[in-house]
Amino acid sequence: MTIHSDPYAESRETTEGRVYSVTGGDWDSLATEIGATKEERVVVNMGPQHPSTHGVLRIILELEGETVTEVRCGIGYLHTGIEKNTEYRSWTQGVTFVTRMDYLAPIFNETAYCLSVEKLLGITDDIPERASVIRVLMMELNRISSHMVALGTGALELGALSPMIFAFRDRELVLDLFEQISGLRMNMAYIRPGGVAQDIPAGSIKKIRETVDQLRINFKDNEKLLVGNTIWMKRTQNIGYLDLAGCTTLGITGPVLRSTGLPWDLRKTQPYCGYENYEFDVITTDSADVYGRFLIRMKELEQSLRIVEQACDKLEKLEGQPVMVADKKIAWPSQLSVGADGMGNSLAHIREIMGESMESLIHHFKLVTEGFRVPAGQAYVAVESPRGETGVHVVSDGGTRPYRVHFREPSFNNLQSTSAMCEGSMIADVIGAIASIDPVMGGVDR
Amino acid sequence: MSEEKGSFGVHGTGDTSGYSGLVRTQVSPGSSERPFGGYFDDVADDLERAFPAFSEAIEKIVVDRGELTLYVKRTHLFDTAMALRNIETLRFEMCMGVNGVHYPEESGRELHAVYALLSLTHNRRIRLEVAVPDSDPHIPSLVEVWGGINWHERESYDMFGIIFDGHPGLTRILMPDDWQGHPQRKDYPLGGIPIEYKGATTPPPSERRSYR
Repeated sequence: MTIHSDPYAESRETTEGRVYSVTGGDWDSLATEIGATKEERVVVNMGPQHPSTHGVLRIILELEGETVTEVRCGIGYLHTGIEKNTEYRSWTQGVTFVTRMDYLAPIFNETAYCLSVEKLLGITDDIPERASVIRVLMMELNRISSHMVALGTGALELGALSPMIFAFRDRELVLDLFEQISGLRMNMAYIRPGGVAQDIPAGSIKKIRETVDQLRINFKDNEKLLVGNTIWMKRTQNIGYLDLAGCTTLGITGPVLRSTGLPWDLRKTQPYCGYENYEFDVITTDSADVYGRFLIRMKELEQSLRIVEQACDKLEKLEGQPVMVADKKIAWPSQLSVGADGMGNSLAHIREIMGESMESLIHHFKLVTEGFRVPAGQAYVAVESPRGETGVHVVSDGGTRPYRVHFREPSFNNLQSTSAMCEGSMIADVIGAIASIDPVMGGVDR
Repeated sequence: MSEEKGSFGVHGTGDTSGYSGLVRTQVSPGSSERPFGGYFDDVADDLERAFPAFSEAIEKIVVDRGELTLYVKRTHLFDTAMALRNIETLRFEMCMGVNGVHYPEESGRELHAVYALLSLTHNRRIRLEVAVPDSDPHIPSLVEVWGGINWHERESYDMFGIIFDGHPGLTRILMPDDWQGHPQRKDYPLGGIPIEYKGATTPPPSERRSYR
């Protein structure tokens, strides 16, 4: 007997046993029906489209009552073949592709890719300081916006709605900065091999400083809501436990690794983009649980703000310096500018190539259509993204296109720990554990 | 490594640039001689001292762009990996994953598997590379050495068809289970559909005239 019938809910016999389709809102009727069967073991398919699966992720759970005995992840729903696509475009165009992998941390994908291309070109030391500082500035702003989604959706999935509202409000402030600086809120293709696409527009530093002050005030809202909150702590403490040995064998990096107490942060241990010149702390906890990871993300926000402020100070000192490598054979021929419809060639550059200099036009044409050649070889570069080590392995055969681009995505790797974190726990804790890994499916599937 | 002919990537009569006679040969960095510089000498020395099969296992050592690559024979891959993980002075306790690279020109060594290793203890990175022929794409699985390599090996199988012997469940991971072929191989076309706009058609990227 069903009280309210759902047209999509049904149950049918298969060779594997009885299969129930559950769409939500029909739990009562199905619970009665399942309770009547003799089967103790239930296999639940959570996802791939489910509000608490953190993206298009399918979780296959084997249950004994409410206890999870086995967890497997089904991934690949967002596979777009980005790595293959880059092999058919120039090295610079690759940025536009890789920025779309982990769509919550586009700047990190771009930076890691560009650093690897620069390493192949052997121009790592020639990157202007101003470009490196802008990269750091953008990365740390991006870390804030990414952590905001991790905290907001993580709380939302555990049933806390208000933190999500506050987190997305604050993320919006950071995205506004991205829009002002690069013309786009996400997937900016702003970091380019050799530097950045364009200098930050006039007045940006002032706006960034205002936003930093505002964010400091705003962060307190979520802190007051969650830190020390009894319900939140009961849902997150001692949940999703994974110790240091588990992390090293599974190759886990980022906040999950730091929640075991190991201060491993590539910004400190293997600095890039001049991170050694900034003052910040590596946040760790030793609880190795969901609450610890939550606290780490919460406190990393403040550290990112510190780095952003230091980057602003540096930018003020480096005013007017170049943001693209001096080598004209590699540097993008023009400085771009943000127009009403996004980023494009600056009018001054159009005037030069179309009206004044034939050589400039040829140079522009060659670099834009054909691109630059990268000497044969391979390189691996890793950066500390909000989720852990984003590693890029690039191979060149000496041509104007990548021979192979491979992203070692932290989300992809860390999602493997789902089984280790969840097996033996209650089904309700699976959600919290996966949220604490913070997987972004665009990065997992690429 | 590869050979390029002409300009603009056009073959046959399409090249009007006058550079059709142009031939460029690309060579990958060759094997390096000691001293390698930095911690690379220590890594090589420590491995050689503590790992008896060193001279048979390691085909060549390449130091290029500040990175050390050990080319390992697949017969010795498992033991080399174990040694790199366990020897106290090496301690590469993390494997950041494996990925394939397809070199159709290198006959007998078409498929390469590239492992990125990280030592938290000593803060070092090295790379292992294994080459196998297309006709016999078997490499021993390293899941027993580093558990986290599980999904990476599945991805390399999915994308390149490299078979990791001993893997607990070597199935496709990103592509659908019934997919034919291995998309990241060089002989697998990119595909795509032509783009139509106001009557004109642009072919898919892999069939376009390209500026190489």
